[in-house]
Amino acid sequence: MTFGEAFRSALEMILAHKLRAFFTILGTVVGVTFLIAVITLIEGMDAYITDEFAGQIFGVNSVMVRRSPSVTISGDPEYFRELRRRPSVRFEDAEWLAERVETPGTMAISSSSGGQVDGPVGRSISGVRITGASASFFRVRSMNVEQGRAFQQQEDEAGVPVAVIGRDVADGLFEGTNPLGKTIRIQSFPYQVIGVLERQGSLFGISMDNQVIAPARSAMNGYVNPRGVLDEIIYQVPEPRLLPGAQVEIEGWMRIRNGLRPNEPNNFEVETAEASLSFWTQITQVMLVALPGLVGISLVVGGVVIMNIMLVSVTERTREIGLRKSLGARRKDILRQFVIEAGTLAGMGGLIGIGLGGALAALVAAVSPLPAQLAPWSVLLGLALGVGVGITAGAYPAYRAAGLDPIEALGHE
Amino acid sequence: MKQDNKAVRETPLVIETRGLERNYRLGTETVRALRGVDLEIRRNEYVAVMGPSGSGKSTLMNLIGCLDSPTSGEYRLNGQLVSGLSDDALARVRNREIGFVFQTFNLLPRSTALDNVALPLIYAGRPKAERRERAMDALASVELADRMTHRPNELSGGQRQRVAIARALVTKPSILLADEPTGNLDSKTSEDIMMLFDRLHQDGQTIVMVTHERDIAARAERVVTLLDGCIASDNLQDPLRFPTLAERSSG
Repeated sequence: MTFGEAFRSALEMILAHKLRAFFTILGTVVGVTFLIAVITLIEGMDAYITDEFAGQIFGVNSVMVRRSPSVTISGDPEYFRELRRRPSVRFEDAEWLAERVETPGTMAISSSSGGQVDGPVGRSISGVRITGASASFFRVRSMNVEQGRAFQQQEDEAGVPVAVIGRDVADGLFEGTNPLGKTIRIQSFPYQVIGVLERQGSLFGISMDNQVIAPARSAMNGYVNPRGVLDEIIYQVPEPRLLPGAQVEIEGWMRIRNGLRPNEPNNFEVETAEASLSFWTQITQVMLVALPGLVGISLVVGGVVIMNIMLVSVTERTREIGLRKSLGARRKDILRQFVIEAGTLAGMGGLIGIGLGGALAALVAAVSPLPAQLAPWSVLLGLALGVGVGITAGAYPAYRAAGLDPIEALGHE
Repeated sequence: MKQDNKAVRETPLVIETRGLERNYRLGTETVRALRGVDLEIRRNEYVAVMGPSGSGKSTLMNLIGCLDSPTSGEYRLNGQLVSGLSDDALARVRNREIGFVFQTFNLLPRSTALDNVALPLIYAGRPKAERRERAMDALASVELADRMTHRPNELSGGQRQRVAIARALVTKPSILLADEPTGNLDSKTSEDIMMLFDRLHQDGQTIVMVTHERDIAARAERVVTLLDGCIASDNLQDPLRFPTLAERSSG
């Protein structure tokens, strides 16, 4: 009996007992479903963090110079005292760096804070992310202005009071009327709206459209940070391969700028998106091992169920096994038939589980900000686990079936 | 005992057993099911094996069918010593040389008549097209060409047994080994099946049939009677002839 024939006969057997087959593989289906859902969500979260989050917060291919790290997971108070002793990053630092950095790239600066923005006729929005930035900031952060225009370098250098506003701010203050040319007040400083950002979406449920961006040297500068102080200097390189070099070069210049001796540690942070996300990489690695491991236990239970049902099936089909042996089936023919049957059964469970798991992940993605991303390797894993569980669970019943004495089996009622 | 003619003596032996013994252990006791059976069956013989229950006829049947191995003694099938072969080798012999017909038909309930008949050819490793063709021929030879796609539950008892006979014949075995083939059939259907055996015998098939019914055994040329694990009698007889279907319709 060839593999294909055994497989076809297994399919026929499964289709002949649909309900039983369903209950047999239920455990495997549930196991693979949750395995796929968990992996898909972790992968989705990972893609979200590394692509969306990193892109929006850290920028793509960018090196950031900051006073303190943008993400801190330490709880050590001494560490925080050290951070407070560090010098601020200032406009002059950016200008000084811009004259010296040789790695090709674009420099931008930004400072942000939350605050209130007032529109005409007494409307106002609070909790708006207010950013003072250079004109290059839009390019470095891949922000597109969908209506009007971004401000120019001249406007930035001159501190002209113009602002680009997010979609939510435009809707909240102007309610469908054209905001371009209108005056808003950022922390009571009047600004003219020159552009509206294209919709940015939300990040962890926080709208990225509730923001205004104005020239860093304009009047609001003193509100966002102490005058002349920056949150960060951003240096974007055109290609990823230039990133490590840019990081080393900028770190070296900043040490010179801050007058550090060789044995002194940095009193500033030079970050890349990748480095800032190293904590996240660690978390996903742990999750990718631990969560599917827990889910894997349900696969073991599924395997036990399959073994149980297969043993019942062997008993029920004793006569059939006796007949097949009398017609010339060898031990290995019977063994193969039952192992393939169990493998096919559980493989189908795996396929159903992959489908349901993908659907579950898509559902979670639809109702939460997490994007679901069905990883091809998890599909293969789910299928392999299903078939593997089936073959493992089917081995013993198949061994029992193959060892039956044909005479006794034929006489079995 | 009627003497056979010289021509029969010269046809080759299909089955040859020498001192065949088979003991079973039942708890602490040893049951001697066969106590030295010497049996020769030549090609194209039609032999009925009779005997009361416990006489050892089922044990003999299992040994002849290569489903079992003797405790001692020799069994040659077509001159090949099969006593003492491995399980896999016996499976191969069963597949090639033996065609089983059972009292309870033993068809796979969810497979069509054609698939049931083709089953032994799967274990013989024949390609699909050949299996299909040979199974169709075998079904046609038992006059079931129009029932190929029917499943057992769509067939009458007699039709099921004819499917089983087609399955037994599909590998062109040396022996057709039938175990109470009419035990589950009414007398009319039994007669049809017996006529089919008659015809197969006329076509040259060697048939060994276990039965406890005298009128079924009467159809065979030779009746071997077992008693307490030994051959009690071995008689040639003029088979009781029933009119064939053609004879009946013309008469």
